[in-house]
Amino acid sequence: MSERIGMEIALAAAEAVALCRPDVIAAYPITPNTHIPEHLAEIVADGHLDCEYIAVESEHSALSACTGASAAGARVFTATSSQGLLYMYEIVPVVPSMRLPVIMCLGNRAISGPINIWNDHSDYMCVRDLGWISMFASNGQETVDMCIQAFKIGEHADVMLPVLVNLDGFQLTHVVEAMIMPNQEEVDKFLPPRKPFAALHPDNIVSMGTLGLPDIYNEAKKANDEALINSKKVILEIWKEWEKMFGRKYEPIMSYKANDADVIMLTMGSMGETAQVAIDELRKEGFKAGLLDLKLYRPFPADELKKAVKGCKNLIVIDRAVMSGGAAAPVCAEVKSVLYDEPDRPVITNDIIGLGGRDVRVEDFIKIFKKAAKAKPERAYEIYGVRG
Amino acid sequence: MTEKKWPETWQDTNPGLMIFKPGSSRSYLTGGWRAQKPIWDNTKCIKCGVCYLFCPEACITEDAEGFFMADLNYCKGCGICYHECWPRAIKMIED
Amino acid sequence: MKSIVENFDLFAPKLVDKEEYYSSGHRACQGCGEALAIRLMAKALGKDTVVTSATGCMEVTATPYPTTAWKLPWVHVAFPNSASVGAGVESALKVLRRKGKIADRDIKVVSIGGDGGSFDIGFQAISGAMERGHNMIYIVYDNEAYMNTGIQRSGATPYGASTTTRPAGKESVGNTTWKKNMAEIMVAHRVPYVATACHSYPFDFMDKVKKARKVNGPAFIHCLAVCPTGWRSSSETCIKMGRLAVETGVFPLYEVENGKYKMTIEMPKKLRPMEDYLKPQGRFRHLTPDQIEIFKGMAMLEYNKVLERIKHSKSWSEMTS
Repeated sequence: MSERIGMEIALAAAEAVALCRPDVIAAYPITPNTHIPEHLAEIVADGHLDCEYIAVESEHSALSACTGASAAGARVFTATSSQGLLYMYEIVPVVPSMRLPVIMCLGNRAISGPINIWNDHSDYMCVRDLGWISMFASNGQETVDMCIQAFKIGEHADVMLPVLVNLDGFQLTHVVEAMIMPNQEEVDKFLPPRKPFAALHPDNIVSMGTLGLPDIYNEAKKANDEALINSKKVILEIWKEWEKMFGRKYEPIMSYKANDADVIMLTMGSMGETAQVAIDELRKEGFKAGLLDLKLYRPFPADELKKAVKGCKNLIVIDRAVMSGGAAAPVCAEVKSVLYDEPDRPVITNDIIGLGGRDVRVEDFIKIFKKAAKAKPERAYEIYGVRG
Repeated sequence: MTEKKWPETWQDTNPGLMIFKPGSSRSYLTGGWRAQKPIWDNTKCIKCGVCYLFCPEACITEDAEGFFMADLNYCKGCGICYHECWPRAIKMIED
Repeated sequence: MKSIVENFDLFAPKLVDKEEYYSSGHRACQGCGEALAIRLMAKALGKDTVVTSATGCMEVTATPYPTTAWKLPWVHVAFPNSASVGAGVESALKVLRRKGKIADRDIKVVSIGGDGGSFDIGFQAISGAMERGHNMIYIVYDNEAYMNTGIQRSGATPYGASTTTRPAGKESVGNTTWKKNMAEIMVAHRVPYVATACHSYPFDFMDKVKKARKVNGPAFIHCLAVCPTGWRSSSETCIKMGRLAVETGVFPLYEVENGKYKMTIEMPKKLRPMEDYLKPQGRFRHLTPDQIEIFKGMAMLEYNKVLERIKHSKSWSEMTS
């Protein structure tokens, strides 16, 4: 039977990953996700997990080692944040291009500079276009669930892609929450051992990571893009299976009182829960606010988004990263792109909040809701709360 | 099994552009590159096999009698075999 | 130890494994020493091997999709990470075999890279992988510059060599520093088997590969690979240039087993004059006699260091108390 536990979310993520019986873990510490690889190392050291733990000398080597291990047919995991992700950046697009499943936990942290170890989504936004299936957890339970789901999704025979599970650095990684942790038997039932499409082994000789000349590169890119787009089908199936087994439902976009809302806010990650408190407060005053929590970011759930905002007059997209000098902040730019051709599309406001770990409070969201309801936005995007 | 046509459609490409045909480079005939080719004088050849060992193209093979010759489909005419042949049994001629 | 001239029995080539693991049809230049070295390495390794490769000449010429020259399982990921990819493959094969998910037999992981992908951009990955003690071989194919991208200078480029990023000119001799001594750096990493080799001494090279394969832990081989294109020498003298590198003392062939140094190809008391090695190479053509002396001085420093180590080094097993 699953167990109800109280634990720091990063440690719970490690426990969840350990339940998935990874074969190889290669990770390099970086605040704030360090507790994930550390706890996994403890689990291995105490003999609770039969796994090769490579204490690599850099994040670049971490992802490289994971790629090699995945190519050899192993189930692999790594975790990083911010600068660590940027250091392994060269390898990030190579992994999906080779159709190798690698599961990564990203403890979202601001990228330098200035150097800042606290939470925002700017690290993820650097890699969103590189071909990884990407999910955002809003709380500890979702973190645990998504870590386990990620292995099944990435290794699925019709997917064969790496999966990134985002959890807010410090806001989630270092927070203690009550969660329901599945037990080993349940996870083994949900997640069978990996059956690789191809593996490096002399009994079946393969060359991987070959040269793609101009005459074939376009086709290779198309094939990979289609693979990512089509993975949504498998993700939805696996989420249905999860709901059946564990009773917890997952959808690409989850609504909180958005059905009858006049003003809807779209968020990703833990700030959605703060927004929910703000919505409850506003509803008490008669202000019909609602929330759309984006859980699946890649492949982007365009159809679900269009459906969710039908009839809405006012949409606020909350970003937690800047797209410097761009047309809008990252999530908003995509939302606008998706809704461009929709008849009766809502007025869209874009606020960037909580950069570099600045606290996101209930009253901030209340202010943003009320401001959006009053007037059309003056600028394409605003960094909320900047002094001056 | 039908051979895939080249250039492949995106649906036909192997996932991750993996290649499952070891040694398939042999379909590319590098012999067209050369400006000269090696000729063996079997009266001088001592059948030592040095030419076979030093060919970067792996295109020199031994025949039933133990003499050697280059597979002209692949020989790039580098001249290493000629240069390394102890009894000078190999000559390079224009090709 | 074998004599420098008769370094193999005359008819031993016929006894070499006839199986080719690096097929014809690869797109390397005519007379490519590196392609030959890889062909020989693969013969020495046999089929129970997985090869990881850095980006470089041997990667782009061997595996343009849809054809591959390799008849061994092979993976390429990026430029600086052949060693870390190899570490990942090694760990995976180890644990999968332990868990019974793959056949219970030894499969050796061999990571290869050029001097660029090993001395410079790939240095960190090698250092980490060797230091962590993975059961793998790293073989660097050193042609003394970044050849694949057009002959740019690397940490393995010797003094006086003209490369495109450190060319010889009115104000410049070309490269001003000597080669990074990777073998010594690897010995400092306590790698149990370190060796230098060259394709011009094929049996010495293949024996070293076989020896490295037997090590249950990290092993490192620094193989000099002549590049006629980059060195601007004739393609037919590829093998000869390798011999000259050894005979002049520029690249002595030795091995270090658990810290104990040993020359594997006997060196003559009087080394060949340096000019014999430098004159046939276009990249050194501009050197004045004074500059050749400087070249010789740097080469002799490294050579004499090796001789000193051979004389005085002790096996690590004798040094633990």
